[in-house]
Amino acid sequence: MSDVKIATRESYGNALVELGAKNENVVVLDADLAGATKTGTFKKAYPDRFIDCGIAECNMMGIAAGLATVGKIPFASSFAMFASGRAFEQVRNSIGYPKLNVKIGATHAGITVGEDGATHQCNEDIALMREIPGMVVMVPADDIEAKAAVMAAAEHEGPVYLRFGRAACGLVNDFPGYKFEIGKGTVLKDGKDVSIIATGVCVEQSLKAAEALKAKGIDAEVINICTIKPIDKDLIIKTAKKTGKVVTVEEHSVIGGLGSAVCDVLSEECPTKVKKIGINDVFGESGSAGALLAKYGLDADGIAKSVEQFLS
Amino acid sequence: MTNLELQRHANEVRKGIVSAVHSAKAGHPGGSLSAADIFTFLYFEEMNIDPKNPKMENRDRFVLSKGHTAPGLYSTLANRGYFPVEDLLTLRKLGSYLQGHPDMKHIPGVDMSSGSLGQGISAAVGMALGGKMDKKDYRVYTLLGDGEIQEGQVWEASMFAGHRKLDNLVVIVDNNGLQIDGKIEDVCSPYPIDKKFEAFNFHVINIDAHNFDEIRAAFKEARETKGQPSAIIAKSTKGKGVSFMENNAGWHGKAPNDEEYAQAMKDLEAIDETLKKAGEN
Repeated sequence: MSDVKIATRESYGNALVELGAKNENVVVLDADLAGATKTGTFKKAYPDRFIDCGIAECNMMGIAAGLATVGKIPFASSFAMFASGRAFEQVRNSIGYPKLNVKIGATHAGITVGEDGATHQCNEDIALMREIPGMVVMVPADDIEAKAAVMAAAEHEGPVYLRFGRAACGLVNDFPGYKFEIGKGTVLKDGKDVSIIATGVCVEQSLKAAEALKAKGIDAEVINICTIKPIDKDLIIKTAKKTGKVVTVEEHSVIGGLGSAVCDVLSEECPTKVKKIGINDVFGESGSAGALLAKYGLDADGIAKSVEQFLS
Repeated sequence: MTNLELQRHANEVRKGIVSAVHSAKAGHPGGSLSAADIFTFLYFEEMNIDPKNPKMENRDRFVLSKGHTAPGLYSTLANRGYFPVEDLLTLRKLGSYLQGHPDMKHIPGVDMSSGSLGQGISAAVGMALGGKMDKKDYRVYTLLGDGEIQEGQVWEASMFAGHRKLDNLVVIVDNNGLQIDGKIEDVCSPYPIDKKFEAFNFHVINIDAHNFDEIRAAFKEARETKGQPSAIIAKSTKGKGVSFMENNAGWHGKAPNDEEYAQAMKDLEAIDETLKKAGEN
């Protein structure tokens, strides 16, 4: 891990500019949050291909759908709360059902939204989006993966939901030979005692937790799952068979998110005891991202404690 | 095409609607019949389309925002040659491509899946915006119900269309005055409809939805309107053409039984006779 810290929403904005240069069909929509979602960087580079819809997310999703029918590759951007929550039915019926080539860039997901508090901390979006048939759901863990996921989303024909964070996080994919593929997870650290399967900003915290656990004689395997749907079944089964114990970590509700997706795989194919670390069916609250991660047991310390408890 | 020819096509469209809904034992005849003349004019006269090449790149687009009146759209597409008229009898049946609401993935000529009210207009706005961005000259038409415009998304889309001066967009409101729960002004009045669209920077044209002279003039006026989208508020009769369905909210989403179906077809055949005589004179 290097010391570079960058929020994945920042990576989203940068990746869009890169993509805009490569593909003139790429258009970016926002709903009055360009400064926060970082689509403002695309707006500056390609003002003619940037569409501000105003504060009207439902209409934005419909416009994106219409643009997709005439050959555009729209990236519709807003906070996760509004992209997946307010506009859920538009995403389902106007984008998902006709399987239109719309990419949803959802920033400010999860508890690390921080100070804005519960109304803006979306801990339900993974659950909502993975319910929609044909929807690809990706949660990049760092700058490198976020950029790769945006590029892959543009190449993929069909709807994609991309989940980005507000808070800066360190790099976890800065290793030689890194390759991104939709639907493929990555083993970031080999281990034999327990498998920690994490997504998004929690991957960095999980790696740190694994280091702390090592000092206590626990050899944890750490797996990064960026694509929650379609999920990397083979990798999940493989690691479960190897360690026999699985812990999932996400800044999302334990109902319907990564943990549930992992359990769906394991319960059918390789029944394994699973501990889901996430938001335990509660609303969030105001605070700094770091303080909230700590309070909800999603920082390295909290993850290490939960894993230890789970193993004892 | 003459008005008489359009009237004949519209009557065939109406027969298709009634037959399809009767066969399906479910569906929405009232709002399909009220819009039959608009559907007919769009597909037989107004729009640049090719039934043999439904995906023609520069075709005009149509989005049925009031998607529950799919029988009206399907009957028009079938009569226009997109698919066999006999297929209308498979409407809503398991295995049929004629889904209860428009499905762009499987139905030739359907430009957008729709049915959840308020959403179609946004997609139409997106299509119109795409045309402007690419400097293409296709036009986009979308048909809304007068009950549907109670949905807030309609006004989000209208605000955007007016703001972006999308003069390649025509919004048509089928103003039949009735929704499931009764008269629109009793349920939650959207009136005045014209003034609302005017406030959102639309060029507004009020017409009689069953008068082809007025329909023709309205679409011409819309085409000639530059710098703003057009809204055609078409005052219609719900259930138009079938005596017992006219102006009756009960026929919003109900299929006729065999007896009622026979009566409905008799009504429409009587219209055929009238049109035939008009042709002879």
